[in-house]
Amino acid sequence: MTWNNNVEITDALVREHGLSADEYALCLKILGRTPTLTELGIFSVMWSEHCSYKSSKKHLKTLPTKAPWVIHGPGENAGVIDIGDNQAIIFKMESHNHPSYIEPYQGAATGVGGILRDVFTMGARPIANMNALRFGSPDHPKTRHLLSGVVEGIGGYGNCVGVPTVGGETNFHASYDGNILVNAMNVGLADQDKIFLSAAAGIGNPVVYVGSKTGRDGIHGATMASAEFTEDTEEKRPTVQVGDPFTEKLLIEACLELMSTDMVVAIQDMGAAGLTSSSVEMASGGGVGFDFNLDMVPQREEGMTPYEMMLSESQERMLIVLKPGREGEAKAIFDKWDLDFAVIGKITDTGNLTLTFKGEVVADIPTQPLADNSPEYDRPWVRTEPKAPLGEVAAPADMKQALLDMIGSPHLCSRHWIWQQYDTQVMADTIQKPGGDAAVVRVHGTDKAIAITTDCTPRYCYADPVEGGKQAVAETWRNLTAVGALPLAITDCLNFGNPERPEIMGQFVGCIEGMREACEVLDYPVVSGNVSLYNETNGTGIHPTPAIGGVGLLQDSSIMVTIAPQAEGEILILIGETKGHLGASLYLEVMEGREEGTPPPVDLALEKKNGDFVRAQIEAGNIAACHDISDGGLYVALAEMAMASNMGMTVAIDGGNIPPHALAFGEDQARYILSVPKNGADTVLEMAQKAGVMAQTVGNTGGDALTLTGTAPISVAELLDVHRGWMPDYMSID
Amino acid sequence: MTPMKTAVVVFPASNCDRDMITALEKITGQKPHIIWHQDDDIPDVDMIALPGGFSFGDYLRCGAMAARSPVVRKVIEHADRGGHVIGVCNGFQVLTETGLLPGALMRNESLKFVCRDVHLKVENNDTPFTNAYEQGEVITIPVAHHDGNYFADPDTLTELEDEGRVVFRYVDKRGQAGANPNGSRNNIAGIINRRKNILGMMPHPERLIEDAQGGTDGLGFFKSMINALN
Repeated sequence: MTWNNNVEITDALVREHGLSADEYALCLKILGRTPTLTELGIFSVMWSEHCSYKSSKKHLKTLPTKAPWVIHGPGENAGVIDIGDNQAIIFKMESHNHPSYIEPYQGAATGVGGILRDVFTMGARPIANMNALRFGSPDHPKTRHLLSGVVEGIGGYGNCVGVPTVGGETNFHASYDGNILVNAMNVGLADQDKIFLSAAAGIGNPVVYVGSKTGRDGIHGATMASAEFTEDTEEKRPTVQVGDPFTEKLLIEACLELMSTDMVVAIQDMGAAGLTSSSVEMASGGGVGFDFNLDMVPQREEGMTPYEMMLSESQERMLIVLKPGREGEAKAIFDKWDLDFAVIGKITDTGNLTLTFKGEVVADIPTQPLADNSPEYDRPWVRTEPKAPLGEVAAPADMKQALLDMIGSPHLCSRHWIWQQYDTQVMADTIQKPGGDAAVVRVHGTDKAIAITTDCTPRYCYADPVEGGKQAVAETWRNLTAVGALPLAITDCLNFGNPERPEIMGQFVGCIEGMREACEVLDYPVVSGNVSLYNETNGTGIHPTPAIGGVGLLQDSSIMVTIAPQAEGEILILIGETKGHLGASLYLEVMEGREEGTPPPVDLALEKKNGDFVRAQIEAGNIAACHDISDGGLYVALAEMAMASNMGMTVAIDGGNIPPHALAFGEDQARYILSVPKNGADTVLEMAQKAGVMAQTVGNTGGDALTLTGTAPISVAELLDVHRGWMPDYMSID
Repeated sequence: MTPMKTAVVVFPASNCDRDMITALEKITGQKPHIIWHQDDDIPDVDMIALPGGFSFGDYLRCGAMAARSPVVRKVIEHADRGGHVIGVCNGFQVLTETGLLPGALMRNESLKFVCRDVHLKVENNDTPFTNAYEQGEVITIPVAHHDGNYFADPDTLTELEDEGRVVFRYVDKRGQAGANPNGSRNNIAGIINRRKNILGMMPHPERLIEDAQGGTDGLGFFKSMINALN
């Protein structure tokens, strides 16, 4: 193949690279001349929606990002928070939606790989993987294949690198039929005095490439992730990267070994847009230039062009600036781990990214304007029309059957078919496995533990983006609280449709508004995140899905509780007010096939008051078990507690004017169920009264059946049977 | 009481090495030696552990590459001298690939990775690895593997059974057959060599040694070795 770096840059070629006429004009202005083909490719990926956040950054800037415990907020590879004792937690969530739809195993696997690198590039040892997955309707012909491939890909990668996958969430909805969501989160542990950033420094310092060789996989992946899907999406399979978890594991160990020395000036993983974005971020971040000899780049295939090398998204690669003269020592570490190590260039004072290939300069771009002057759009948006309030909802024919239908539905059934494919326990510090409100992993060798959860209720966000945005943040906060952790900060993964449509942009703006309010009131800042737009196929967008990953701290892991009551005769106490809100509820969707009404309003001050009370009671050791009430409402929460403990309970609640099914399945927020040892119940009720928290005794644990007001008794065995049945049955059909 | 001296071999992409090291240190009170797969000199220890993980990515047959590492020759010499060797999960796969234990670990019958707590019946407590358990005791230990489906030809299986070399078997919580997570022949979860100094098992005892981890049934495994030494 002959390759010409100096081809004529036609309008068609510019369009093919996803650049608008205005963007191309800006590119010409920055360069002061026509770009070469390599340069055009670099501009194209750097200014793609995926890399530049051009549609979203105006709004992202409004999110709260600061707190005394935040060490690094958005802008670094991942967020960093202080957990005391010179230790830090580093975490982030990121989407890999488009590739996972096209090639589910590799798409999901490389999603896990990418987020791991974002975390360990900052000096952290990854200690937990989480995820948030959304699939189309179970009836859609592709759903089984996608679910199967994604789960296997997440497991295949995470299990091999030896980082436990400790939880996540999985939803099904027809709006994801053509665009599934695969959001992967990683949490790592570092010493505060060993945190590494990407800003390059030191004129003349060597720039080193380590890890896998560069191949032709993933070229233009970032551009693909910045466009809608159409009928010919299948043809994009070659733009999906291929993961190699073995190399990733070696890379983790080698990088952490290198970072334990004093040789590293700066380090950055090669993620989306590979060598291009990593080098531009490092150089522009440090206000320096990079001079690369591309002939030195380790290559997997013959005859690769500079264009291909710069745009490849081959996985498991890092770029490192070393202190001068330390190349030999550093190389010895990578030799030990059998990884490529190549000095590909040095830092210059030009401020330019200068690329030489076979003796010829093929690109010479000032990095500061490329990174900082990237386009920013104030896209037109319209506020989402409020939904009409829901009228009366008919009672189900049989309450017992309704509860069984709910817990056996695709939305609420047990996810053990998924979790069993993940190594949830490697590293031997997992003390709360999937299935509870939040996963908990110990901080190795200490009394501390980290609680982690991912949440979002897209049907709320669709009905009312502002309330939905609030609720997504509040639910993570509640889930962390429910295990006894103090919620510290969040990462967000904002998945939306085409931002060029004002109604989609309106959903985005609304969700951000709700998230902002919740973060402010709950003192719970955003420290990292990612935006995935254009989740649309042939003009139909997904439900707005701002997935939130929350992280909290338990100073003493021994106080942690789960959702499982510990003994017979414990008293069940309901915290919070029950109004029977069925608008936008799961009950409405499952039992009536309707998605109507307004979502339950989120009273953030009440969330904070109730949550702080619950946490204080857990910390005081007064609580045997705790569960937040969310999807499916009170009866579903009670059934989940009974199943977790394999023990029955008897509950009698006077709902007053609330119809029994609204009492049972309404999704009012800011509520928890506590299971309290018998002799401690009075204390908890008294303390609640003092704190002004609504609390009422609703029943007690014991026996082998769940007996609820207005519902015939259901044996726990039957509950478990129904709850555990759906997914294995569904997945066993070929 | 003689403190038990131990070592843990680390292959590229071993990933339960830290868990094994942590468990051994906690139980023996001494830090194990860590042996890199290319080391051809190993310290004088009582027991060498081959930990779980995905040595060399398991891109070839699981354990096949690791079995050809320089250090494995030294592990064999250690075993020939009567030293104890345990292989957990990937370590068990390495032991079968070296021929130190018979049979092979095939892909799980479900074709899927499986991670969950399983019940094991201690079929032979007259070994250096199980003497702290009761004969026939049912214990809970987690598994986490993609290739734990133990296979051996019928003659080998008969030999293993007749010689009491099936040490752990998958059972349900009442101790009955019918709860096999991977399709292994005769519900085999762990076996021992004839000389009773080399044991391989798929489940991970090192993951269940503290209440916080959900139980302590793995402790007996390590305590047995200390007992055997004394």
